[in-house]
Amino acid sequence: MSKPSKLGVFFFTLWLVSGLLAAPLLAADEVNIYSARKEDLIKPLLDDFSKQTGITVNLVTGKEETLLQRLQSEGANTPADLLLTTDAGRLAAARQAGVLQAVTSESLTQHIPAAYRDPEGYWFGLSVRARPILYAKDRVKPTELSTYEDLAAPKWRGKVCVRSSDSIYNQSLVAGMIAHHGEAKTEAWAKGLVANFSRPPKGGDRDQIKAVAAGECDITLANTYYLGGMLSSSDEAEREAAAKVAVFWPDAQTTGVHVNVSGAGVTAHARHRDHAVKLLEFLASDQAQRWYAETNNEYPVNPAIPPSATLQSWGTFKVDTLNVAKLGELNAAAVQLMDRAGWK
Amino acid sequence: MTSFLELSTLDVAYPPRKVIRDLTLRMSRAGIGCLLGPSGCGKTTLLRAIAGFEPLRRGSIHLDGVELSRPGWTLPPEQRRIGLMFQDLALFPHLNVTANIAFGLYDWNVAERRARVDELLKLVGLEEYAGRYPHQLSGGQQQRVALARALAPRPRLLLLDEPFSNLDVALREGLAREVRSILLREGIGGLLVSHDQFEAFAFADEIGVLHQGRLLQWDSAHNLYHRPVDRFVADFIGQGVLLPGRLGSNGRVSTELGELWGTPPVDCTVGEPVEVLIRPDHIVRDDASPLRAEVVERVFRGAEFLYTLQLPSGARLLCLAPSHHDHAPGQHISIRLDIDDLMIFRRGGD
Amino acid sequence: MLSARADRWTLWVVGIAALLALPILTVFATALQPAGPVWRHLVDTVLADYLANSILLMLGVGIGTLLIGVPTAWLIGVCEFPGRRFFEWALLLPMAIPAYIIAYTYTGLLDFAGPLQSALRETFGWTRHDYAFPEIRSLPGAVVMLTLVLYPYVYLLARAAFLEQSAAVLEVSRSLGAGPWRRFFNLTLPLARPSLIAGMSLVQMEALADYGTVQYFGVSTFTTGIFRVWFGMNDAIAAAQLAALLLLFVFALLVLEQLSRRQLRFHPTSARQQRLPRLVLRGRRGGLATLACAMPLLCGFVIPASVLAVWAARTMPQMLDERFLRLMANSLLLAMGAAGLILVLALLLGYGQRLRPRPLVRLAVRGASLGYAVPGAVIAIGVMLPLAAIDRNVDGWARVGFGVSTGLLLSGTLVALLFAYCARFLPVALHGVEAGLTRLRPSMDDAARTLGASPRAVLWRVHVPILRGSLLTVLLLVFVDVLKELPATLILRPFNFNTLAVRTYELASDERLADSAGFALAIVLAGVGPVILLSRAIGRGRLEP
Repeated sequence: MSKPSKLGVFFFTLWLVSGLLAAPLLAADEVNIYSARKEDLIKPLLDDFSKQTGITVNLVTGKEETLLQRLQSEGANTPADLLLTTDAGRLAAARQAGVLQAVTSESLTQHIPAAYRDPEGYWFGLSVRARPILYAKDRVKPTELSTYEDLAAPKWRGKVCVRSSDSIYNQSLVAGMIAHHGEAKTEAWAKGLVANFSRPPKGGDRDQIKAVAAGECDITLANTYYLGGMLSSSDEAEREAAAKVAVFWPDAQTTGVHVNVSGAGVTAHARHRDHAVKLLEFLASDQAQRWYAETNNEYPVNPAIPPSATLQSWGTFKVDTLNVAKLGELNAAAVQLMDRAGWK
Repeated sequence: MTSFLELSTLDVAYPPRKVIRDLTLRMSRAGIGCLLGPSGCGKTTLLRAIAGFEPLRRGSIHLDGVELSRPGWTLPPEQRRIGLMFQDLALFPHLNVTANIAFGLYDWNVAERRARVDELLKLVGLEEYAGRYPHQLSGGQQQRVALARALAPRPRLLLLDEPFSNLDVALREGLAREVRSILLREGIGGLLVSHDQFEAFAFADEIGVLHQGRLLQWDSAHNLYHRPVDRFVADFIGQGVLLPGRLGSNGRVSTELGELWGTPPVDCTVGEPVEVLIRPDHIVRDDASPLRAEVVERVFRGAEFLYTLQLPSGARLLCLAPSHHDHAPGQHISIRLDIDDLMIFRRGGD
Repeated sequence: MLSARADRWTLWVVGIAALLALPILTVFATALQPAGPVWRHLVDTVLADYLANSILLMLGVGIGTLLIGVPTAWLIGVCEFPGRRFFEWALLLPMAIPAYIIAYTYTGLLDFAGPLQSALRETFGWTRHDYAFPEIRSLPGAVVMLTLVLYPYVYLLARAAFLEQSAAVLEVSRSLGAGPWRRFFNLTLPLARPSLIAGMSLVQMEALADYGTVQYFGVSTFTTGIFRVWFGMNDAIAAAQLAALLLLFVFALLVLEQLSRRQLRFHPTSARQQRLPRLVLRGRRGGLATLACAMPLLCGFVIPASVLAVWAARTMPQMLDERFLRLMANSLLLAMGAAGLILVLALLLGYGQRLRPRPLVRLAVRGASLGYAVPGAVIAIGVMLPLAAIDRNVDGWARVGFGVSTGLLLSGTLVALLFAYCARFLPVALHGVEAGLTRLRPSMDDAARTLGASPRAVLWRVHVPILRGSLLTVLLLVFVDVLKELPATLILRPFNFNTLAVRTYELASDERLADSAGFALAIVLAGVGPVILLSRAIGRGRLEP
């Protein structure tokens, strides 16, 4: 082996050791987070928290399922103090798996309405997202739209773009439908919706919005913050596309618009439990809630904080009051139902 | 005195086949030997067993009285101080001549290593090629590098696995003799494996004939030729024919060429059909002899002709005769036998 | 059998192989448990789709990579035409682009809402139903995307095989009256078959394991099915069973490959071989050759990289900060370290197998080679479970024995991540190492042994220097693979540790393609350097016998 490679091995070892040491060594003034929220959508808040409290925050992001798996397999040795997810169903599943612990905090119960948190304090919702119907302004009149169920009506044949059933957003929406209407009726609805597809499901939420704007279809389902993100995008084409699309709040007279929450829970074996609770309280505070609303166009859970101007411009809506934990329970049934309906 | 290389009752196997069976051999100190046999007789396997690459099923290998192998235990090749020269030479393509030769001197100090390499370069006459790479050398030069490389760490014994077989005949015998003299000068024992008896004669003091994994005879070249222990050795070494006859009393054999005398195998009984070995040099042209044979074929060998003769019965003989007499096929010539030591074998048996 | 000392090799090889097979064994162990009612549902609804799509994807990518890789390799290896020297290395560039990124760029370009179709509609006043445009986000689209980034593997191996073919054989066939086409199909191609099959099977395994592309294109394959069953239907056991099914499928493929190779074991005929004079293509034929090489380069690298560059141009200024440098350093060091480690392991296994060619060793090495076709996320879980179990046990002993808690020693550290990389990418390295070692005659080892070199010394003093070119190739292939790797990195990385691929994914999965483009471009550029090095190393590696 030549000299340069020896040097390389040395530096690599150095880096590896530093990487190993980067794993938290149970320092006192820190809190460790497993987060399914993307780094960009949480890190700025965590930095603020560190600045205010002097507590170091260690973060690893990932998909919620694998983070949950990691928590479970690490068991009592887990370094994680807080689990952050973007889906209430996953939080419920985490509680069932026994990896969360109950927390009582006056600040939390005060800031977060009961519908958005676990009754026993195992997890707390931090932001709300809604999945309304979006339509092409130039081709669809809002008066033609009414409910999610109506999307399966024959008049929309060839006019609906939808994301794949692999998406948790659609899975969760269908789970909500099952909760409200039962499995048989929901399956018939899904079949009708599939018949109305203008093309096989593909792409993400922004792709659906672009497809509506470009005329590939007339209506779609998408989360509000994607439309908000496109409106403030650095890409001019995205801004133009978003401008051609409007929001319709379905089921105003009936069950309400499908919503889900992102939230967090303190892990069962947290070694920095107090810090974790402190961080939770910070995330529910006015300052953090305002950030959620303004930066990512999500609806704050804290009723004292108004939504962003963009969100307000789309009007108010009736919120589906179904307990979000129910969505997690019905998730598997929803996926199988979509398989049967041929929703790719 | 203990012998130098000692193989006792060896069995070597590639399951399920036994390649070497019950082989015993003693080589004298710093002697030069050769294992001769047709391809597939197991000679390369035996060489690899001596070098330490093949485990033993039975028996043992000793060098200078120290055990190297026994069933279940094999001293690794790198600890044996036994050199091996390969048929394909196996020179290291990434190293030049100097580095190839110095490969086995890894733990020598620099000065000694340099001196030894220089010495060997001189020995094999490659001083001017020290910096070249193997692919820049001719076949003969590569052979010399391989030899120098094998000799460099001063092995106790050098094994040679047909290393000359890729060379043309003229170069081959010359190089074989050269290697022999180098080994003698360096005081290193040598054991060659070959299927070519002339190479063996030129190289070795003692030669073993190997057949189907058995050592048939370990002896001098002269004895292998003139006193082969069985029909296979007789046939494999040199030329000649086995002429049928019948054993009489007192070692007398009656053949088409008349009455001959020799020592019959111990288990032969009087009146039994036997064969006698007639070498080309046993037959002398003699116009005075009453024995006559027809010339069937002749091959010019420079000083001599090798004639194939046919007897009235149809049996054939080989005869070497000075080339100043020339007999065309079809002619009849008179011959006489000149045999010091007649070899008698049972007919059809081994 | 030999001395006890020598037999340590068997122990080492079997030990290392068993360790590397651990993730896969974990998957099998999970699969052995009884599954819930999900199977009934799968068989009734989507299993046939998974099977059909996976097989079509595999076949399509196999054929596609052969169609691009073999002719270009032949042109580069055997002919002379304008631009040959440039294409020789440039054709490798698409390797630097992760499949999911090329999928994003082409979708952005060719989708209904993309610039091309929009321009067509505007120019001709068409609406949606006035024209037919091939749908990029489909199974054929996925085949094309994967083909474009995977053909370099076939090209690489095919070119080496063409270069190795002896002039004598081709001259003999010429003297027997075979024309150029017959020579190509009856001689050149069959002689190169082992290399072509090896390249194709690597590519097919990679295609089977792909998740990002097929998921984005809405094509349901085994891989997407595993995730859907696991996460969507919350049935880890059924997911493991699907993964085990995939593994059996791959195992059958590997056995077939081995069988087809056994009958065609070509040792190099002679140490010195005459190189064929190049077939000079001039005029129109030369132009066609240039075009044939330019197309894959254009579609597989120039276009996607340009799209990324255009997207990234807007976000680049904010992106280039200290955090970016940290990401770059993490990615590069991780990829280098993993590549070095994997190469050493592959050398140990390959050489151990050469030293002790017995069934147990062979089986162990084959077992360690299955990981390549397994989706990275499955490997990651297969790593996570046993490591956590080890941590738990060590912790338990330490508590009982010494009254201290050791906590997590392995889980959540870079060790876990490196372990996953080894399990997943060892087969690539082993492939190259084995191919190199078979080209070395056994007498070379024996000669070194009789000159006093121990088996280990033979490896370091003879094999490694002679095979320098092959080993460097392996090193760089693995480096580029690790650089692009996403799922295992995402799942297993420690706290506060990100790589370029993770960052790209986070932005892209949040549907901020424009923002992710800069990081994607950084991955591509970090891979381009090694790819160029790689082709130069192969150029120099000609010393090999």
